[in-house]
Amino acid sequence: MYDIVIIGAGVTGCSVAHELSRYNAKVCVVDKEEDVCCGTSKANSAIIHAGFDAAAGSMMAKLNILGNRMMGDLAEDLDIPFKRNGSLVVCLFEEDRPQLQKLYENGLANGVEQLRIVEKEELQSLEPNISPNAVAALYAPTAGIICPFTLTFALAENAYTNGVDFKLNTEVTGLHSTKDGWVLETSNGTIETKYVINAAGVYSDVFHNMVSAKKIHITPRRGDYFLLDKNTGNFAVQTIFPQPSKLGKGVLVSPTIHGNTIVGPTAIDIEDKEGTNTTAAGLNDVLSKAGSTVVDLPIRQVITSFAGLRAHEDHHEFVIGEVEDAPGFIDCAGIESPGLTSSPAIGKMVGDLLKEKMSLEPNPNFNGKRKGVLNPQALSKEDRARLIKEHPEYGNIICRCEGISEGELLDAIHRPLGATSLDGLKRRTRQGTGRCQAGFCTPRAMEILARELHVEQSELTKCGGKSKLIVGKTKERI
Amino acid sequence: MENYDIVIIGGGPAGLAAAVSAYDAGARSILILERDKKLGGILEQCIHNGFGLHTFKEELTGPEYAQRYFDQVLERKIEYRLNTMVLDISAEKVITAMSRTDGLFEIQAGSVILAMGCRERSRGSLNIPGYRPAGIYTAGTAQRLVNMEGMMPGREVVILGSGDIGLIMARRMTLEGAKVKVVAELLPYSGGLRRNIVQCLDDYDIPLKLSHTVIDIEGKERVEGITIAEVDEKRRPIPGTEEHYTCDTLLLSVGLIPENELSRGMGVKINPVTNGPSVNESLETSIPGVFAAGNVLHVHDLVDFVSEEAASAGRNAAAYVQAGGNEEARHEVPVAAEGGPRYTVPVTIDPSRVPESLTVRFRVGDIIRNHFVSVYFDQDRVLHIKRPIMAPGEMEEVKLKKQFFDERPNLAKITIRVEEK
Repeated sequence: MYDIVIIGAGVTGCSVAHELSRYNAKVCVVDKEEDVCCGTSKANSAIIHAGFDAAAGSMMAKLNILGNRMMGDLAEDLDIPFKRNGSLVVCLFEEDRPQLQKLYENGLANGVEQLRIVEKEELQSLEPNISPNAVAALYAPTAGIICPFTLTFALAENAYTNGVDFKLNTEVTGLHSTKDGWVLETSNGTIETKYVINAAGVYSDVFHNMVSAKKIHITPRRGDYFLLDKNTGNFAVQTIFPQPSKLGKGVLVSPTIHGNTIVGPTAIDIEDKEGTNTTAAGLNDVLSKAGSTVVDLPIRQVITSFAGLRAHEDHHEFVIGEVEDAPGFIDCAGIESPGLTSSPAIGKMVGDLLKEKMSLEPNPNFNGKRKGVLNPQALSKEDRARLIKEHPEYGNIICRCEGISEGELLDAIHRPLGATSLDGLKRRTRQGTGRCQAGFCTPRAMEILARELHVEQSELTKCGGKSKLIVGKTKERI
Repeated sequence: MENYDIVIIGGGPAGLAAAVSAYDAGARSILILERDKKLGGILEQCIHNGFGLHTFKEELTGPEYAQRYFDQVLERKIEYRLNTMVLDISAEKVITAMSRTDGLFEIQAGSVILAMGCRERSRGSLNIPGYRPAGIYTAGTAQRLVNMEGMMPGREVVILGSGDIGLIMARRMTLEGAKVKVVAELLPYSGGLRRNIVQCLDDYDIPLKLSHTVIDIEGKERVEGITIAEVDEKRRPIPGTEEHYTCDTLLLSVGLIPENELSRGMGVKINPVTNGPSVNESLETSIPGVFAAGNVLHVHDLVDFVSEEAASAGRNAAAYVQAGGNEEARHEVPVAAEGGPRYTVPVTIDPSRVPESLTVRFRVGDIIRNHFVSVYFDQDRVLHIKRPIMAPGEMEEVKLKKQFFDERPNLAKITIRVEEK
């Protein structure tokens, strides 16, 4: 029997798991997907928000601010790239200044540090490609950019090495309380636990409503994005949000931590909790809005488009805490933007809650330091040459666009909770994320993955389930 | 640091032909750097025939064609390194490369021949809406899986784009027992060779739908269906023309992009039309002593012309190192394109360096029937060739004789013009 089972291996679930691994408790994370970070956490703006947006006094505001403050140390401990590049909310019309001022005051009330309004001239020096129509902007230097995959993998890996179990490919199909706690029915048998944490993203209403008479409702709110070639990486310096205006809500333009440019998202409410397909209307919507805050956005340099689903709760507020009529069942529901930013604070909040409820003792073996996938490109020429001498696999480049070697792929496969699919490799190493979008490296990565996992290539999947990459051998049907 | 007179980046058809001709022109210190595990480049996966008709006057498969050049490289004992990725080339021609066996190393080249080839345009750059399941491959990736790894990427196939690799793969998948349901082409004409449309689609009753594109990809895990629609003259899908195909695979043959990341990195000037370096009559880029040939320069249809072009780059590189560089001021006559050609290779010609015959290659931007290709030296029409049909999918060429230049010492401009009369 587990002490705590967390449903959902997204950034929220993994952050809670990471926090709980500080204590002596038997913890397990279950997820229906074949890897961590396969839902909302994998497809979003990849931004660490400063915290001026959420309504003053809300849980969202509090956890956003706290999460933003925690992110620097966390990124260092987990050895993941994170940059405070700052953000700008750009005001395009004089008449909208009062709303910009309001946003500023809301930010101050929330406790955002260094927040200020910058005028046209300073704005142009901060952001060379800013639209000449911009009259002013709300500047938040504490905002940042991060890779959501890397953050989630790092939290999960570190939780795992500190003793948390992960049961992937395990879909929770039913849930009921017993005198000792809870029984979860899953696609891989039943799991008993004293406490359940519901971190199921767009499915968090499903699990909540299984145990509580007080229903909640989560709407999958789709966001369509474009990702541009790294050759545009210097286009935006800060994360540039348009201020909502008579033109609508607009879309952001931001550098990513890896040096691409991201443009989006839309906000389209849908029914299908798996509806991550982009649509022509959605993509066209982004295209039509993309240029409002900047000049000459190099949108033709797009290398991929994708869509993610926000877990939008009807009241646009995080629902975190023990469910009143279901003791031992703790919600982390409605975690939409700024959910990625807030994740460390959500982990801490839930950890503190359980520590108190369960009188948890510290885990004496806890080690919060993790070593990330080695990035040879960050090494000096001499160090890289030495690395290849000692480990020749780092001399064998597999993904030419991103410069990823066999060494990094082997690291990603063999590390804790390592990659078992092509997408898993991609998200851990960036192999296949460049301008050719894996056209060149797919056969090579498949060969390595099959060899290292000791399976036939015909067993390999893109992302688990039925996503087989090949359907058989040649000459079978002639 | 190691030194070589000529370093060739890429051991595909262009790199091999350049190496052989550089050797035959007297160069001896030559090195080919190849990222794959053997020489031959993309030819290795092109197991169909039809290669070599111009060069060897016989029909060879891709690997056979490559072998001919490989044998010549071996006979001449030209050095090459496999599994070697070039990371960077400096403007001073210092090449940084690495491999499993040699680690990270640098080479000072006297001359560099860029022969990196091209890559396929991906789904991502086309903004095709829908899911992102397994079963979406570029035609070239599918070709590698089928022909080199012996694996089938799918059984029921829709192909978007009618580039040559897509057409070849339509036939190849059919021969392997797959059902190719349709080839959709966005443009009102195919970008592939006429002979491939006949031999790869018509002969197998595979429909080619011109002015059609993919508007939705279904299937969350593996491709389950594709919706195509007709497009209007602005290439926008026309509502009401949607057709749905059940399939497990979408292959893309939607264009090739010369792979010039290394060229850009060293500061070579790129022609925005071809996405390849702007070159002069010697196929020399904006950096003296750096030459380009093959698909890295502009995308070819036939490997024979790649070899021919690369051979001339190889000769010119040899001449460059033998002369100890040729960086003196040059008389550069610009080559302009009018009335149809989208670009020319080369873009400038120094009359003092023209061989007995100089080939100028170009492509037209649309299908043009019953026109003439004319070449003007200033106002003089020196060539006037009747062409019943020209298509964007078939590269055109004109050959300029040295005599044209000798007769006009004050030449200021060359114009390639497609005209009715």
